[in-house]
Amino acid sequence: MRGRSTGSRAVARIVVAPVGEIPAGGRKLVEAEGKRIVVFNLGGEFYALSDRCPHQGGSLCAGLVSGHVESREPGVYHYARRGEMIRCPWHYWEFDIRTGKSWFDPKRVQVRQFPAQVTTGAALVEGPYVAETFPVKVEDDYVVVDA
Amino acid sequence: MNVIQPIAAPGKPAAATLGLVDVDIHPRPHRIEDFKPFLSDRWWEHLQTWGMRARHGFTGGQPPFPKAQPLASRRDAWPPNGGTPASDLDFLRFQLLDNYGIDYGVLNPLQPSGQGDRNNAFSVAMAHAVNEWQLEAWLRKEPRLRGSVVVPYEDPQASAAEIRKRAGDPNFCQVLMMSRTAEPAGNPRYWPIYEAAVEAGLPVAFHAFGYSGWAMTNGGWPSFYIEEVSEHATSCQNQVISLVTEGVFERFPGLKIILIECGFAWLPSVGWRLDKHWRHLKSEVPHLKRAPSEYIRDHIWVSTQPMEEPERGQHILDICEWVGWDHILFASDYPHWDFDDPRAAIPGVIPAERRRGIYGGNARALYGF
Amino acid sequence: MFSRFRPIDCDLHPMVPGMRALTPYMDEFWRDQVEERGITTLDTQSWPVRSPKTIREDWRSEDGRGAATVGLLQAQSLDRLGTDLGILNPLYGVQLVFNEDMAAAFTRALNDWTRAEWLDRDPRLRASIVLPLQSIEASVAEIERLAPDPRFVQVLVLVMGEMPLGRRQYWPILEACVRHGLPLGIHAGSAYRHPQTSVGWTSYYLEEYAANQQAFQSTLASLLTEGAFSKFPDLRVVLLESGVTWLPSFLWRLQKTWKGVRFEVPWVDRLPTEIVRDQVRLTVQPLDAPEDGAIVQRVMDQLRSDALLLWASDWPHWQYDGDAAMPPGIPESLWPKLMRDNPLATYGRLREGVVA
Repeated sequence: MRGRSTGSRAVARIVVAPVGEIPAGGRKLVEAEGKRIVVFNLGGEFYALSDRCPHQGGSLCAGLVSGHVESREPGVYHYARRGEMIRCPWHYWEFDIRTGKSWFDPKRVQVRQFPAQVTTGAALVEGPYVAETFPVKVEDDYVVVDA
Repeated sequence: MNVIQPIAAPGKPAAATLGLVDVDIHPRPHRIEDFKPFLSDRWWEHLQTWGMRARHGFTGGQPPFPKAQPLASRRDAWPPNGGTPASDLDFLRFQLLDNYGIDYGVLNPLQPSGQGDRNNAFSVAMAHAVNEWQLEAWLRKEPRLRGSVVVPYEDPQASAAEIRKRAGDPNFCQVLMMSRTAEPAGNPRYWPIYEAAVEAGLPVAFHAFGYSGWAMTNGGWPSFYIEEVSEHATSCQNQVISLVTEGVFERFPGLKIILIECGFAWLPSVGWRLDKHWRHLKSEVPHLKRAPSEYIRDHIWVSTQPMEEPERGQHILDICEWVGWDHILFASDYPHWDFDDPRAAIPGVIPAERRRGIYGGNARALYGF
Repeated sequence: MFSRFRPIDCDLHPMVPGMRALTPYMDEFWRDQVEERGITTLDTQSWPVRSPKTIREDWRSEDGRGAATVGLLQAQSLDRLGTDLGILNPLYGVQLVFNEDMAAAFTRALNDWTRAEWLDRDPRLRASIVLPLQSIEASVAEIERLAPDPRFVQVLVLVMGEMPLGRRQYWPILEACVRHGLPLGIHAGSAYRHPQTSVGWTSYYLEEYAANQQAFQSTLASLLTEGAFSKFPDLRVVLLESGVTWLPSFLWRLQKTWKGVRFEVPWVDRLPTEIVRDQVRLTVQPLDAPEDGAIVQRVMDQLRSDALLLWASDWPHWQYDGDAAMPPGIPESLWPKLMRDNPLATYGRLREGVVA
C-alpha cells in the first residue's frame, strides 16, 4: 500500500493511497521510513501528521476527530471547524489537523506535520517514483506524503 | 466520521526490563449476564429490575457528571470482537500486559460492582459475585493478574466476612473500597473492614470514585466534569485526614492503605497542615501518639496516574521525596481515557534507581509478589 | 517588632461577644426578635470559643473569650507588632442563619458594629464588608451601602457555603466587587449547608479545621472553571487563612486535566496557573509548612511568584507563639513584599491616602 521515490535522500516521497481510498472526513495510518503517519482528508484537502502524540505517544489515528469550541465569555460556546481537530485517545489533548499544533500551547506542544499533496498517477509513473507495494495507474490520483 | 481501529500502543515493544507492576486495571464484564452465575435468583431479579442505584439520581450507569469519553475509556480500547473496554482477556493481554511487559497487574473492578449501592443487602450480594467473577473470568486464566476483594463497604460487617472468605487466596492482593464513602473512612463504623484486612494480611486500597450521597465539595455541588475530577483529590484528602485523626493507625498498626487514582502531590501538604494544627489541638485527640504526618508516611501508599504535572518538571522530585520514594506505585488506569503509558508517564527527571521502585519494586515489597 | 516594614496585617478577627452587642445596630423589629426569641449568640463550630485554636491562651480574657475590643487588638497585636494598617475580618455566624431577611438584618448590624466600635476607634484599621450570602440581592445591597466608606477595603464570604463560589448566580456580587475596587475575600469557615467533607460529617474539630484546605481547592476550582476570572479580569480574590502549601499541587492537577477537557470550559482560555498568579492572593497565617526553611523555600519556588502572598497575623487565632508572627522559613528578603508591597498592590483602597 505504499510507494516510494527512487531518488530519496533526506526526504522520502511516499505514495500513501489512491485518493478514493481516504474519503472526506476519513483518515489512514501508514508506516514509512520507520515513521507512523496518519493522513487525514478534510473535504478533499489532505494533511499528514505523525501518529505519535507528543505527550505520551498515544496513537492519534485512534483518536476522536471533533470540532473546536471557543468562547468569548462564560456560557457562550462558539463551535466551529467540525472535523478539523484530532484528540489523542489518551488524555484527550486536542491538535489542529491542519497544523499539528496543540490548542493549549501551540508554540511548544505540536505534532510533527508532513507535507501531503495529491498527484496524478501519470506524474507518478513518469516521474522519479516507483510504486513498491501497489500498482499506480496513470488514470488515478494519489495522495503523496513527504516523510 | 470516526472509524476506530484498535491497535497496540505505538513505539517500542515490550518493556519487560522495567519489572512492571500495574496497580490499576479496570476489568468489565462483557455483559451483565456474566454475573448471573454468582447471584441468587432473588438478587439477579433485583439487578434486572432496578439495576444499580448509587447515591445519585441517574440510572442505567449514567454518571451525574458526563465523562469526557464514552465509558471514560480510551477510544482505542474497544476490543475488535465487540464488547466494552477491558472486557476481553485476550485483548487486554495484547494491548496492555504483553505490549508493556507487565509482570503483575492488579484488577480494580469499578462499575458495575454494587459498591455504595443504596440497598446494602444487594451491595453485599454483588460484591461477592464480582469477586467470584474475577476468579472465574480473569484470575484463574491469567497468572499475571491479581484481584481485589471488592467489599460492600457501607455494610462493614458483611465486608469483613467477604474479606475473611478470601483470606489466604493468593489470587487476591488487596481489599478495594471507593474513595467516596457515606461517612469519612476513619469513622469507627468502618473499622471491622480494617480489622479483617489486617488479619488477612491485605492492604486496603481506596480507588478514586463512588458516590457518598453528599455534595462533591464541602461547599456544594460543582458544575463540571473537570471539577468532579479535581474533587477526587479533595475527597481522598478528607479520607486521609479522617483515617489519621480517628486513630485508625493506632488501633491497627499493621494497616496499609493505598490511594489509587487520587493524585498524590497534595499528600505532603495535608500532613504538614495536620501536624501544625494537631500541635494546638492535641487535647481533642489524645489517642494520637505521634505527629499525623508520621502515620501518613508509614501507612499510606500512593499510585501514579494521575501524576500531577508541575510547571517545572523537577518539582515532582520534591513531592516524591516528601511522600517517600518507596511508597509510590505505578498505575496505568487501563482502559480509561487518562491512561498512562509506563514508558512515557514517569518524568525523565526521576533518576533510574527511583524509577525502578516506582515501576515495580515498591509494589512487590508492598504486596509480596 | 516589624515596624520598619510598615506592615499591613491582612487578617484580624474582632469577635462579637454576643447578640446584645449587635442589637443597638438593628431596627426595632429585629432588636425585639433577638430578645423575644432568645437568640443569644451566633458563635459557630468553625470557631468554638474554647478551642485552643480560636483564641491564643495568653490573649484570652478572664471570661474565656477574647478579641472583643479594639483595646485588646492594640495591645496584643497592632502596637506589639508595629502594624501600620490592619484589615478586620469579623467571623460571626451570620452566614449560618436560614431566614434571609434575618440574615441581612444581622449582617448589617455586624458591619455597623465593626464600623462604630473598631474602625472609628483606631485610624490604622480597615475592614471587610461581611456579606449576607443567603441572598444575592441583599449582598449587593450591602456592598452598595458600605462601599462609600473607603475604610471598607474588601468583601468577606466563607469558603463553605450553599454552592461553590464560582457559580454564576453569585456574579452580581463579583460585578459589584469589581465596580467598587473591592477584592473578594474568602475566609475559612462554613455556613453548614453541607458536611465539612464530601464524604460526610467529621468527628473532630481537628478534621474540621483541616477540611478548610479542601474547601479552598474546591472554591478555586469553581471560580476558575465557571469563568469568573475570565468574565471579571479585574477581580481580585484573597484566600484568607487557607494555608498556602496546597496551592501548587492543586494547580498542577487542575491544569493537567484542563489540557484534556478544556472543551468543557472553553472560556478558560489560558493556563489556570497564570490566571491564579494574576488574580488570586493568599494570606500566610497559617502557612501549613514544616518549620524547616529548606522545605518552605522549595514550596515558594513551586509557587513561582513572590507577589502571591500577603502577611497576616490571624489574631486572635493561635497560629504562632510570642511575637513570631511571620511563619518560620520565609526568608527576610521577602518580608517587605509580603508585609507591604503585596497588600498595597492587592487592595486598591489601601493605596488611597497611604504613602507607599
